[in-house]
Amino acid sequence: MSRNGQVLLRVENLVKWFPITRGIIFTRTIGYVHAVDGVTFEIRRGETLGLVGESGCGKSTVGRTILQLYRPTRGHVYFDGIDLTQLKGSELRRMRRRMQIIFQDPYASLNPRMTVGQIIAEPLEIHGIARGKEARERVEELLRLVGLNPIFADRYPHEFSGGQRQRIGIARALALQPDFIVCDEPISALDVSIQAQIVNLLQELQERFHLTYLFIAHDLAMVRHISDRVAVMYLGKIVELADRIELYENPLHPYTQALLSAVPVPDPAVEARRQRIILRGEVPSPVNPPSGCRFHPRCPIAQEICKRVEPEWREVRPNHWVACHLAE
Amino acid sequence: MPPLLDVRNLEVRFFTRDGVVHAVNGVSFRLHEGETLGIVGESGSGKSVTMLSILRLIPQPPGRITKGEVLFQGVDLLKLDEADIRRIRGSKIAMVFQDPMTSLNPVLTIGRQITEVLETHLNMSPREARQRAIELLRMVGIPNAEERLSDYPHQFSGGMRQRVMIAMALACHPQILIADEPTTALDVTIQAQIIDLVKRLRDELGMAIIWITHDLGVVAGLAHRVAVMYAGYIVEEAPVLELYHNPRHPYTLGLLGSLPRLDRRERRRLVSIDGMPPDLLELPRGCPFAPRCPYAIDRCWEENPRLEEIAPQHRIACWVDVTTGRPR
Ligand SMILES: Nc1ncnc2c1ncn2[C@@H]1O[C@H](COP(=O)(O)OP(=O)(O)OP(=O)(O)O)[C@@H](O)[C@H]1O
Ligand SMILES: Nc1ncnc2c1ncn2[C@@H]1O[C@H](COP(=O)(O)OP(=O)(O)OP(=O)(O)O)[C@@H](O)[C@H]1O
Ligand code: SF4
Ligand code: SF4
Ligand SMILES: [Mg+2]
Ligand SMILES: [Mg+2]
Repeated sequence: MSRNGQVLLRVENLVKWFPITRGIIFTRTIGYVHAVDGVTFEIRRGETLGLVGESGCGKSTVGRTILQLYRPTRGHVYFDGIDLTQLKGSELRRMRRRMQIIFQDPYASLNPRMTVGQIIAEPLEIHGIARGKEARERVEELLRLVGLNPIFADRYPHEFSGGQRQRIGIARALALQPDFIVCDEPISALDVSIQAQIVNLLQELQERFHLTYLFIAHDLAMVRHISDRVAVMYLGKIVELADRIELYENPLHPYTQALLSAVPVPDPAVEARRQRIILRGEVPSPVNPPSGCRFHPRCPIAQEICKRVEPEWREVRPNHWVACHLAE
Repeated sequence: MPPLLDVRNLEVRFFTRDGVVHAVNGVSFRLHEGETLGIVGESGSGKSVTMLSILRLIPQPPGRITKGEVLFQGVDLLKLDEADIRRIRGSKIAMVFQDPMTSLNPVLTIGRQITEVLETHLNMSPREARQRAIELLRMVGIPNAEERLSDYPHQFSGGMRQRVMIAMALACHPQILIADEPTTALDVTIQAQIIDLVKRLRDELGMAIIWITHDLGVVAGLAHRVAVMYAGYIVEEAPVLELYHNPRHPYTLGLLGSLPRLDRRERRRLVSIDGMPPDLLELPRGCPFAPRCPYAIDRCWEENPRLEEIAPQHRIACWVDVTTGRPR
C-alpha cells in the first residue's frame, strides 16, 4: 500500500528464451521460445504489483526468472540493490530465503508423501533455522497464522481441500519470514467462495508482515482488487503499467482496452450497456513473434509503422507507462 | 405455452465403494423456447451430472437416476429406449463440454468428425455433408475453413476446438444447446469471441440454451434466467436482473459478495463464505448450507427447506428472509 516506499525489486531488460531442440543423441537448437523478451519494472517495498495477461504470455517465467529458478538469458534483477543474476551458490541461497513463491496448483505443489508438518518445516531445516521441537512449534504457529488447526501438522496433503492446501502452501512460503513473495495464480484453481478467503488471508499477512507481492493472475477483477499497480503482458512484453485506478479507468494500450472490455461483470444491467472490443484472431506463437509491435496483427488501430518499428516503453504521464506508437 | 423442457424432481446417485454420492437431490426447472438459462454453482454442486442425466449420459454403474422426470416436448426422456434417446441427443438437444479434446476424436480429421454427424443424423451424402461442414466452420468464424477440414484436432488451438464443438453441436439445428463450461479453459478475449458468437447464433437460429458455469459474470450478460446450485440442490432461481439485484438466498448473497468488481474503484474487503461445501456422501439432515450460513436459525439444522416461490418467478430454498434476518 505504500506508494512512495523504497524500491525493493528492480527488473531491468529481463529476457528469458527457452531453446527448442531436435534430435536425441546430437541435439541441436533450432529456435527459441521468446517467453520473456525484455521487461523492465520496479516493485516498491510493501506494495503489490499485479501481472496480468493471457495464457502463455510469460507471466510465470517472469516470476521464476526473478527468483533465479530460471537463469535469465539477459538482463538484471536487483533485489534490495543486489543483482541476483550475478550471484551463485551460498550467496544466492542466502538471498533466496527472502523471496518465496506460491503456486497455482495446490495439488501438484505439495509432496504427497510428506506430512503437512514436514512440508512446512522443510525450508526451516534446509536453511538451518530450526529443527526438532523448535521447528514443530514454528510449524504450529504458522498453521494458526494461515487459519488452520495445528493438529493438521500430522496429516497428509490429500486429506485437505484445495483452499486448505493453498493455505499450507502459504504457511510454507512464510516459514522463512520472506520480504517478497511471487504469488503465481494462487487462487485460479479454487472455487469462487474459497478464492475470497485466500485473497483476504494474503492481504492480512501483507499488512502484518509488511510483505511485498508480485501477484500473477488472469482474473483482472481480482488483480484490480489486490494490486497497487498493475502490469499487462502480451507475448513476452509488458505493454502497459500504471496505478490500479488509472489503468482500469484510463487504459492507453489497445490490448489493455480489449482485455478489460472482455471481462464479464457480474451485473446484468452493466453487461447490457457494455461495448466489447472483440479482437480478431489469436495470440501468435512466441517462437516467431510478429515484427514491430507484437500486437499489430490483432490491433484494431494498427498503422503502417506498427509493422516495422517496435514501440518504445514510454512514461506517457506520471507513473503511467505504455508501449504503443499511438498512445498519448 | 408449455415449456420446451420440464425437469421434475430429478435425483441422481452414484453408488461407489466409499458410499452413496448424493449428486443431484430433487432438481426441478423449466426451459422455454428461445430462452437462455444460466446454471451457476461451485465445483461438485451437481451441474454437469444434472445435464448429463437429462441426456442419459451418466455412467451406469456407478451412477443411477433414482427419481424424476425429464419432459422434452411432453415426452419423458428417462423412459425412452436407447435408440430413441440417441436420436434426440445431438439432433434435438446438443451438448458442448468444457474440454473439447475429450469429445473430439484425436485420430479423425475435423472434417470427418463433422461430416459423420451430418451423414448419420441428417442422412446427407458425403458431398452435401462436406459442403455443409465448410459452411458450419465459416459460421463459427474459422478462417480458411475449406483447408482446415483436413486438419486434426491437435492442430487447432483451444478456442478453435471449442468453435468446432459448437459447429458440430449446431449441425442439426438443435432446439436446445446445453453448454457445460465451454469457455472456462479459455482466455478472456477468446471467451468474449465465443460468447459473442453464441449470442449471434442464438438470435439467428432461435434455439434455447442452458449455459453452465461457475462465473457469475458470464451468465449476467448471457442468460435470461439463472439457477444457483449448491450440494445437488437448486437453492435459488430468478430472472437474471432479479437474481443479481435482489438475491434472497444466503449462498447467492455470499457468492456475489465474494467477487471483486472490475467496474468498481473502491476497495472493500471481500466477504468470504467460511468453510467448505458439504460431503455429498453424508448430507446433513437440515439445510446443506447451514454450516456456512451466517443467517442460520435452529430450524435450519433440523429441516431442509424446499424451493418455494417468494415473488413472481423468484424461487428460493431458505427458511429465512435475508432482508430482515428473521424467519420467512
Ligand atoms: N521450461 C520451459 N521450457 C520451454 N518453454 C517454456 C518453459 N516454460 C514456459 N515456456 C514457454 O514460455 C512461454 C511463456 O510461458 P509462461 O508459463 O511464462 O506463461 P504464463 O503467462 O505463465 O501462462 P499461463 O497463464 O498459462 O500460466 C510459453 O510459450 C511456454 O510454453
Ligand atoms: N462417475 C462418478 N462417480 C462418482 N461420483 C461422481 C461421478 N460423477 C460425478 N460424481 C459426483 O457427483 C457430484 C456432482 O458432480 P458434478 O460433476 O455434477 O459437479 P459440477 O457442479 O459439474 O462441478 P464442476 O464445476 O467441478 O464441473 C460430485 O460430488 C462428483 O464427485
Ligand atoms: S503500436 Fe500500433 S499495433 Fe501496437 S498497439 Fe499501438 S497502435 Fe496497435
Ligand atoms: S435455510 Fe437456514 S441455513 Fe439454509 S440458507 Fe436459509 S438461513 Fe441459511
Ligand atoms: Mg503461468
Ligand atoms: Mg461440471
